[in-house]
Amino acid sequence: MSTYWKKNQQKLAPWLFLAPGIFMFAVYVIIPIFQSVNISFYAWDGLGEAKYVGMRNYVEMIDDEAFFTSLKNNVIWLLLYMLAIPAGLFVALFLNQTVRGIRIYKSLFFFPFVISQVVVGLVFTWFYDPSFGILNILLMSIGFEPIAVLADEDFATYGIIAAGLWPQTAYCMILYLTGLNAVDPEQIEAARLDNAKGFKMLWYVILPQLKPATFIALVVTIIGALRSFDLISIMTAGGPWGSTRVLAFYMYEQAFSEYGFRMGYGAAIAVVLFAIMMVYIAGFLYKMYRDEKGS
Amino acid sequence: MFPTPIEKTSGKTQVAYKIALPIALLIWLLPLLAVALTSIRSAGDITAGNYWGWPTSFNFLENYTAIFENTPIGKYILNSFRVTIPTVIGAVALSCMTGFALAVYKFKANLIIFFMFVAGNFVPFQILMVPVRDLTLSLGLYNTVWGLALFHIAFQTGFCTLFMRNFIKAMPYELIEAARVEGVSEVRIFWYVVLPLMKPAIAALSVLVFTFIWNDYFWATVLTQGSDTQPITAGLNSLNGQWVAAWHLVSAGSIVAALPPVLMFFLMQKHFISGLTLGAVK
Amino acid sequence: MFHRTKTLVAALAASTMLSSALFAGELVINTDTSDPAPKAAFEALIAGFEAENPDVSVTWNLFDHEGYKTSIRNFLTADAPDVANWYAGNRMLPYVNAGLFEPVDDVWDDNGLRDSLASAEGSMTIDGQIWGVPYTYYQWGVYYRKDIFEANGIAVPANWDDFLAAGETLKAAGVTPITIGTKFLWTAGGVFDYLNLRTNGYEFHMALTKGEIAWTDDRVRATMENWKTLIDAGFWIENHAAYSWQEALAPMVQGDAAMYVMGNFAVAPLREAGLTDDQLGFFQFPVINPDVPLAEEAPTDTLHIPSNAKNKEDARRFLAYVARADVQTQINETLGQLPINSGSSVGDDKFLQAGYEMLSTTDGGIAQFFDRDAPAEMAKAGMEGFQEFMVNPDRLDTILERLEKARGRIYQ
Repeated sequence: MSTYWKKNQQKLAPWLFLAPGIFMFAVYVIIPIFQSVNISFYAWDGLGEAKYVGMRNYVEMIDDEAFFTSLKNNVIWLLLYMLAIPAGLFVALFLNQTVRGIRIYKSLFFFPFVISQVVVGLVFTWFYDPSFGILNILLMSIGFEPIAVLADEDFATYGIIAAGLWPQTAYCMILYLTGLNAVDPEQIEAARLDNAKGFKMLWYVILPQLKPATFIALVVTIIGALRSFDLISIMTAGGPWGSTRVLAFYMYEQAFSEYGFRMGYGAAIAVVLFAIMMVYIAGFLYKMYRDEKGS
Repeated sequence: MFPTPIEKTSGKTQVAYKIALPIALLIWLLPLLAVALTSIRSAGDITAGNYWGWPTSFNFLENYTAIFENTPIGKYILNSFRVTIPTVIGAVALSCMTGFALAVYKFKANLIIFFMFVAGNFVPFQILMVPVRDLTLSLGLYNTVWGLALFHIAFQTGFCTLFMRNFIKAMPYELIEAARVEGVSEVRIFWYVVLPLMKPAIAALSVLVFTFIWNDYFWATVLTQGSDTQPITAGLNSLNGQWVAAWHLVSAGSIVAALPPVLMFFLMQKHFISGLTLGAVK
Repeated sequence: MFHRTKTLVAALAASTMLSSALFAGELVINTDTSDPAPKAAFEALIAGFEAENPDVSVTWNLFDHEGYKTSIRNFLTADAPDVANWYAGNRMLPYVNAGLFEPVDDVWDDNGLRDSLASAEGSMTIDGQIWGVPYTYYQWGVYYRKDIFEANGIAVPANWDDFLAAGETLKAAGVTPITIGTKFLWTAGGVFDYLNLRTNGYEFHMALTKGEIAWTDDRVRATMENWKTLIDAGFWIENHAAYSWQEALAPMVQGDAAMYVMGNFAVAPLREAGLTDDQLGFFQFPVINPDVPLAEEAPTDTLHIPSNAKNKEDARRFLAYVARADVQTQINETLGQLPINSGSSVGDDKFLQAGYEMLSTTDGGIAQFFDRDAPAEMAKAGMEGFQEFMVNPDRLDTILERLEKARGRIYQ
């Protein structure tokens, strides 16, 4: 037995090391994905028997106003959340100096990423408060009418996205700060000698070198946009009248919330969300594959 | 260095920058200051709508002792540790092994398994919610610290494997080849050659995973109930009353709850940042 | 995965019969009464029960109020306690339908509860059987700033015209008549309930929430028209969709609004914010249609026996104990709410007294609140519709059609 092992270690060892990880991952991630897809073909209240209904949940979704609102909001999130990337770059450029205490500044600017999203949502809700919130106090002081951001079906989603941008910008900022540290000083010197300055320097010399940072920022921001749940839950509970719903929140509402006893339908929504994510996951994997093959 | 180093600019720009920095920081951290301010208000203030004005009474001591006396926040924080620490140990341990396997050995399924871990990391939680809850229920682990920890260990293995595998791949392969030539077994190579060199990665990953798990809200609400098992993120909500939300207590509680990861961050900044930015620099 | 649940239930039921003898004497109670007052009330309740029944020892699991709503779904199937608290009306429906609650008609018959708890019998009955024992309820109505009314010479409105006139006077004085916070939807449900109960009566309201009446029915439209009158007259504060019910207290505290259609639990925070009992008053929601008997909202808290409980015998004794007049008096004294038992007495507080009088003279029926009378999904759709209607009353047709479509799907 042990000679078999000694002879074949190199072939068997990887599987030995992989086994526990793969097992856990399969049990808690891979198999549940298939189980959820399965549940989406049933009508189940989570308490009693489940009834097989085939594609009925999906057919119902096509006719479901709330589903399309969620989809629309997800698209808005995807597009606007991207603002965290240039915002993070801007803040990183602002902080990329060596004055005294800059390390403390960098740490403090990163702070928002470390606190719980529930707290972030809470504070921004008060920020937007129509009577007492700072936003409206400012608006009124310069002569504008107060806007009830979170009560307005046209503005609420944007208000929530703004709240989410705060921690997300902090994350992108750190990515870019690290990236800026690794920028080749010789290239900068050479460009300076050529009289490149400001924006031109940024665009032609710096940004290309920040590609890896930008790529990770992109991936993380997209995932964050599609995953957004906590903020919506705490800031508007999906309102006003469901206009800030996103797929992640809608699924929770249908399956788990106080008024939600529809596991099957919720699972169907989750499957759609997963399918959308798969597009990005596949894109990310493809890029990784090309990098792997390249190196 | 880009932008132009501040020392090289005019005196005026230097002064302007040095003034701009603290102002920018103040604006940036304004929401946090708001939370801190709320945490020392009285409940009556909040009902009366006084969110941003000067507090009518300063209840710093009352609020911060009230949360420890009237609410089980101490238990919640303990639960957070009870969930986070095993998760960090478990996820890092598993991913050291999986990362090692995927980085060092060439076999056909290597890239596919690697991609499985990476893809799994990006999966939306909702697709896992119902089956994982059911699984935890049938294992009898619902509403236990271990139920939550086991899920986190499994899920974080995705991200951690990506991290470790890339780190080990960057290590010189000659070390392993040399050890093999000497006849050292694979297991010993892992334990005595590779693992010691992974210390910085282990530190970085531990800090990152600690922060992610400590701040997790979603799975804490799905898999645990009650103050015996719930971590602080989910427990914060329970500081509210049945009818009346006690925002001053919730604010105080959230500041207390934010302290461990913040402390972690400040103490282990180097590792934290290197962990997050893996691959951000070629 | 799903069939497991059914076999689990069957297996547990079988083992219950075998082991009930072993479990006599131990009573497990799960509640969500995590707030200070309810917690104290239950502590006293359990202590009293144990004193009278020394052969029973009680284990009490206290859950957080919000978390309980999810926990209950899990512990009723796996690891059921012997007694659990919940709410009356259609809030019980999912669990009754899944066979997770035990019918307790025998407890009601053996202890004369059909007499003493008569006012709540309707809300505890589904499909002709009774599913639990109610122990407390609280009134809803209009809480108002007495001082602002007096300063503007407004008397308490008893009918619709007076109500509209009062609003006019308040508006002229620069005060918004009614404050409300609809961010979490249920407050709009309360307004709908009262308007519908006053316009069309209790029977109609119950039929509507049961799904027996179309949302596009003219009588529903009549209710919504009355609501629209209030909206067009500028009765409600601006931007209420951004406020939770609690944040909407602020205008009332500051004197910018004068009334709140709310439950009695609003009194405590209002007092805490500094309003005195001279400034704060209560009146019954005004009559709209004089031919309709007055019905009231009084959400009821209840205790149930899970069908998977191990010690049903002692659980029944506990329920009988909780139904007693003296016990209900004691609980409600601590809770600051109202007992169901007609033989119980009520605390001194002026709001409790007003509520008690109002509810015990109600011959129109007692509703449980929209999100307990209507099944969960319909409640959610309905309340969302109400919130949207309040901000965009011109969308009435679309909203009613949407609710009707939901009704077709939900009540099958």
